[in-house]
Amino acid sequence: MKNNSTGITGKIKSMSDTNLLLLITVVVFVLMYIGAVLFLGKGFLKPQTFCNILNENAALIIMSCGMSLVMITGGIDISVGGMAALISMSCAVLIDRKGGSLAASMMLALGIGLAYGLIQGFLVAYLEIQPFIVSLAGMFFARGMTTIVNTAPFNVQSKAFAALKNTRVYLPFGSVNKRGVFVHSYVEIGVLVALAVVILMFIFLRWTRLGRNFYAVGGNKQSALMLGINVKRTKFLSHLICSLLAGIGGYVYFLHVGSGSASHAAGAEMNAIASSIIGGTMLTGGVGNIIGTFFGVLSLSTIKNIVASAGFDQAWWSGITVAVMLCLFLVIQSIVLSRKSR
Amino acid sequence: MTENAVLEMHHIDKVFPGVKALQNVDFTLREGEIHALMGENGAGKSTLIKVLTGVYAKDGGEIYLKGHEGPISIRSPQDAQKAGISTVYQEITLCPNLTVAENMFIGRSQKATLNWGQMNRETNKILESLDIPARANMQLSGCSIAVQQMIAIARAVDMECKVLILDEPTSSLDDNEVEKLFGLMRNLKAKGVGIIFVTHFLDQVYEVSDRITVLRDGKLVGEYEIENLPRIKLVSKMLGKEMNDLSAIKEAAGEETAAKDQVPLFEAEGLQSNTGIRPFDFHINKGEVNGFTGLLGSGRSECVRAIFGADRVVAGTVKKNGKPIKIRKPIDAMKQGIGYLPEDRKADGIIGDLSVRENIILASQVLKGFFKPYKKAEQYKLAKEYIDMLFVKTADEDTPIGSLSGGNQQKVIVARWLLTHPEYLILDEPTRGIDIGTKTDIQKLVLKLASEGMGVTFISSETDEMLRTCSRLIVMRDLKKVGELSGKDLNQSKIMSTIAGGESE
Repeated sequence: MKNNSTGITGKIKSMSDTNLLLLITVVVFVLMYIGAVLFLGKGFLKPQTFCNILNENAALIIMSCGMSLVMITGGIDISVGGMAALISMSCAVLIDRKGGSLAASMMLALGIGLAYGLIQGFLVAYLEIQPFIVSLAGMFFARGMTTIVNTAPFNVQSKAFAALKNTRVYLPFGSVNKRGVFVHSYVEIGVLVALAVVILMFIFLRWTRLGRNFYAVGGNKQSALMLGINVKRTKFLSHLICSLLAGIGGYVYFLHVGSGSASHAAGAEMNAIASSIIGGTMLTGGVGNIIGTFFGVLSLSTIKNIVASAGFDQAWWSGITVAVMLCLFLVIQSIVLSRKSR
Repeated sequence: MTENAVLEMHHIDKVFPGVKALQNVDFTLREGEIHALMGENGAGKSTLIKVLTGVYAKDGGEIYLKGHEGPISIRSPQDAQKAGISTVYQEITLCPNLTVAENMFIGRSQKATLNWGQMNRETNKILESLDIPARANMQLSGCSIAVQQMIAIARAVDMECKVLILDEPTSSLDDNEVEKLFGLMRNLKAKGVGIIFVTHFLDQVYEVSDRITVLRDGKLVGEYEIENLPRIKLVSKMLGKEMNDLSAIKEAAGEETAAKDQVPLFEAEGLQSNTGIRPFDFHINKGEVNGFTGLLGSGRSECVRAIFGADRVVAGTVKKNGKPIKIRKPIDAMKQGIGYLPEDRKADGIIGDLSVRENIILASQVLKGFFKPYKKAEQYKLAKEYIDMLFVKTADEDTPIGSLSGGNQQKVIVARWLLTHPEYLILDEPTRGIDIGTKTDIQKLVLKLASEGMGVTFISSETDEMLRTCSRLIVMRDLKKVGELSGKDLNQSKIMSTIAGGESE
């Protein structure tokens, strides 16, 4: 048991499950990216390719952080994709048809998130209804409401919005383009928000009392109760924070696409769950890491890019690849964890 | 309060509907002592613990705790913990996915942020001072069960508990781990903590305890210094039988000689299951009734469950009529002609919503295979036959078994196994919780079945009943087979001295 912390196996044994799964995720991501560079050409070496992955996935990163939190606490929330669609449509209508300001639309997004968090959190934590059922209802409600708010998809025309949407933050590095001119790489505003969320959530889960309570409740509810933790409140807060992050993520999504549509963010909740799992969060609760989730989103998106650049750009190919990858990760996780426990 | 006492409970009463669980029980715990709380099933040990920890509200009496003026009231486990009464249960109540240090401190600090460095340092200091072989930054699930148990104790101690209750802490530990745990207990004792130790292992009681309190049927039997209470006396106090009670001697010498030279119906050698029982030998002859006896938790049921394949067997061989057979699952045992009536009728035996008829047919149908169902008429005929034979009191064959009385339910299950025509029938506590009349019926039935050539193993907590029915008794103590009694050794005092072991008077 002790005294064997020498050598690699010893190191692995002394690592916590959470850190071990994080390590696997990061290693796999790096290997995958190197593989893409080697076999699919130098396109993947350009900083902008990587930045575009971030630009495309800023909203998903934010939603996945919330998803990981709920999953660590032992729950699930499949309403986040529907919420993104509802928020996009509502904000689009508010800005374009009702003449609302950008600030008002942000408040609206947060308000939807808050309302979802309060209701779903209450139902899950205090009425002890299965989180899957609660958020399934939440998802249907959001998708239905989106159509009620406005049936036809439309693009936002507001100039102020377009200015915010097209704001680019240039980075101190870049690459030389075809005409031999050096171009700075850029990220959208949403990426900055996403990175801030990742860092804040990481600190929150690692260094605060409340943050650790989520792990305790997910690890063993009964024990957590005996150890003096308010289990119901902890579960409630996990759903509240997840929905608020889904509110922020929904707005970042809106900012990225600049339109409202009932079919927006279809399957985003599943991508968030998949990213969390690839990032080392376990569905059984108690194990997970926000940095891992971040890399989970990147891995998921990189594999889709690889599949597309390899010429299989139909949607089903990326679906199949993601499925294979998810299976692969679950198998790796269970093998590593069972070897460790021996 | 008397000097040195850290906890005093006076005249504690607790009544449940229909049962007086505790009557006028006194209990005193001194500073720096390990105090064993002993008693058989239903003696009131766990009720007393639960009153003390605030799980149950007491119906009478007072509790005094050192440092508190007058009697204190404890309404919830949290109250108890605040007052300095901590409990460590048999099942670990820590979070396996967190580190050792987190498990020590989670739920206790009021600060918003964590200082991992300080937390780890403090934890390591505590672990070192108590000689617990773990590091603060290890994940809890990476520690053995014993170490996890010790960490739970360390947490309780660090919360400045004056009274530490250990409820069956050793039941999932091996010898080595038990030794470590005892080391920790002695260590705490030296620091002045009062420890209440609940266990059913006699050896362990005599190894670490200073005093013993014995309860029986909700009443205090007595409080003793360990050196003044030899094992045999402890056993007799727990069972409520005096040593010179030799009323039930059975002359069974004739049967014994007849049994000597025949090949046993079933025999087991070095049989061991994953439940912790030590390897044991066993045999049963045709037409013989034998039994397993011992205190609660001594491994009686585990033995027969191993024979029937109900627990996973890890070692040993089983022979039928001298030929080796393999029993891995209950269905294997059934195919070899073994029937088993489990200890817990409600959980393992009856299917409450099905009718008497369906419950009777069940085991036989499984053996026959589900593709060859009994015809309805045949089912009724068989059910009727056994209902009459065993005098089951039921309205008709289609009454749901759940609506029958306990004794009649038991008869239906006996009928279920008889219908499979077993050569060997195991009855684990068939008479518990049923009325005297039905008890006698079942005892008579056992003797009748044996006289027809069936081998029967009979287990009961009541030694009188075992003496009346069995011609050979296997005695268990602390999960080990410690003796086999037959012939003129078959009497109350011999049984008790074998259970107590070591010294005999």
